[in-house]
Amino acid sequence: MISSGISSLAVLLIVIFLFREGFSLFSTSPLENKNIIVVNKTNPVSKLNAGQIKAIFDQEITNWKDLGGNNDSIILFTINDISNYFSDEEVGAEFEFLPDKLNALVDSNPTMLAVYQDKYLAKKFSGKIVNVAKNNIPDFIMGKQWFPTAEPAVQLGVAPLILGTLLVSFFAILFALPVGLATAIYMAEVADERLRKILKPVIELLAGIPSVVYGFFGLIVIVPMIHDVFNLPVGETALAGSIVLGIMALPTIITVSEDAIRNTPRSMKEASLALGANKWQTIYRVVIPYSMSGISAAAILGIGRALGETMAVLMVTGNAAVMPKSLLQPVRTIPATIAAELGEAPAGGVHYQALFALGCILFLITMAINIWVQAISTRRKMNK
Amino acid sequence: MSKNLKEKIAFWIFRILSLGVLLILFWILEFIFVRGWHMLSWDFLTKMPEDGMTKGGIYPAIIGTLYLVAGSMIVAFPLGVMAGIYIHEYTLDSFFKRFIKLMTNNLAGIPSIVFGLFGMALFVNTMKFGDSIIAGSLTLGLLALPVVIRVTEEALIAIDDSFRHGSYALGATKLQTVRKVILPMAMPNIITGLILSIGRVSGETAPILFTVAAYFLPKLPTSLFDQVMALPYHLYVISTSGTKVAESRDMAYGTALVLVLFVLILNLLANALRKYLGNKVKMN
Repeated sequence: MISSGISSLAVLLIVIFLFREGFSLFSTSPLENKNIIVVNKTNPVSKLNAGQIKAIFDQEITNWKDLGGNNDSIILFTINDISNYFSDEEVGAEFEFLPDKLNALVDSNPTMLAVYQDKYLAKKFSGKIVNVAKNNIPDFIMGKQWFPTAEPAVQLGVAPLILGTLLVSFFAILFALPVGLATAIYMAEVADERLRKILKPVIELLAGIPSVVYGFFGLIVIVPMIHDVFNLPVGETALAGSIVLGIMALPTIITVSEDAIRNTPRSMKEASLALGANKWQTIYRVVIPYSMSGISAAAILGIGRALGETMAVLMVTGNAAVMPKSLLQPVRTIPATIAAELGEAPAGGVHYQALFALGCILFLITMAINIWVQAISTRRKMNK
Repeated sequence: MSKNLKEKIAFWIFRILSLGVLLILFWILEFIFVRGWHMLSWDFLTKMPEDGMTKGGIYPAIIGTLYLVAGSMIVAFPLGVMAGIYIHEYTLDSFFKRFIKLMTNNLAGIPSIVFGLFGMALFVNTMKFGDSIIAGSLTLGLLALPVVIRVTEEALIAIDDSFRHGSYALGATKLQTVRKVILPMAMPNIITGLILSIGRVSGETAPILFTVAAYFLPKLPTSLFDQVMALPYHLYVISTSGTKVAESRDMAYGTALVLVLFVLILNLLANALRKYLGNKVKMN
């Protein structure tokens, strides 16, 4: 009794731990290291979001009027600029005079935007602390910039990662589904027993090869091939990922759809043959329509495998977190991002939480896929 | 176009595509065997890595993988078999059973990297095991759990109900029936499934990235709370990161070959065992 609940318990625990870490992201600020943003108290701007902060630091926004303020250019001050404004004696050996100096500096510069840590906030503070929008779900999912370690404000837009994942998986299935389906039909309906006995273990073995070996194979064989064929600067592209993932999705698609095809009742096939149809017409008009739900389950399961695959994709897709434009560009997927970055993200930090939030997205997608497949197979059972 | 010509064309397309699948496998195997074969030697299997992992052997990675496989099986095997027995022999087709089946299927479908995240959050950080064999084994064990449950269930489904009824008719209780009749009969299939799940666990990289795997360790682990090197992770690091990717290429081919051989041997073993034990049960 207890042991049977263990899988439910495991799923529950995974949900709790994943979502606890992931969702804590949305109650934290994109500003790292307890930084605050301070402006003159006469400045009408009192709210900024992560994207605006980055634009200011990248000099894309240089005027307050772009932020809803007066028509003045922004004077940027960060803690690295200290030496331009103050001498070592002025700030003190232990930085003990720094808070007051910073306060006075912002007071005397109405168009200054200063970023410093909250421990340097003066006791008699007379400026204004800008309210920085917290990380939120819409920005997280729709944002196009993924710079999880940017200073001072991290950019956590996962749209390029989600699109990269979908792109690579979609083309993987586009390649694997026809090949897999053809093999499944061949094994179930055309091939004789002897050939089946060869193909079956081949497919089991394909399923058994570890993903890191596929990645290695892709890295050494497929990546250089794409590099040469398309004459690209780098061969690590979405296409390489799709090819490797397509090969990896083959066993799933073949096994599941072969099962479905085999379940076609003999009587239906014989009725078709008796009406004068040949084998191909029977397959095309009777077997495939009958096993359509099983075949679609195979396709969905294959997509699920491809979406969650980590190591092989990490090794061959080049891992550039940009909005994917073509198959011949490096892309980065959700699992690859987690695998590549979690090791460097300090536990509990914004970056760490963001990677867990990515894990939540991945979990929800695969969960939805599983429930969908199970709904398809229950419906099939009911129809019988 | 006559219908028979169409059939011929269609079947030829099927044949070619199936042959393609076969060729892909041979291509991968050829690539790994041809380039890795000359690396395979007693020294390669039993020596520590040398010169920034460009020379020497992969002994610690092999040992690490064996530890992890053993650890994860200790976690997954008893729990999984018991769960499978309970689901198939004890529950009726209730809401509870359907819920558990749904959850088991979902657990099987969760990507391995999510297991890695979870293992890091729970075992490494919350339970304070740190990066250790125990954290890695528990994570891998959870990953293997749905496989073991499913294998057990399938083995039990294959046993005809007449055996159960026969046992009850002789006055045996349910527990006696399961222990003395059902389990011995199901064992060959369960063990086969177990071997196949060992193959899967031994090749997993993503779940061990953040729970146990070490880039390089000069000595073997001495306790459950030590980190270990592992074959799949070793292959990953020497083929992608590090400064001497080109120099360690041969080591990577060798590691890949050892990993594939391991899976291949497990597959063959499972098949042989299935035949052998299957015959034995029939004779009894």
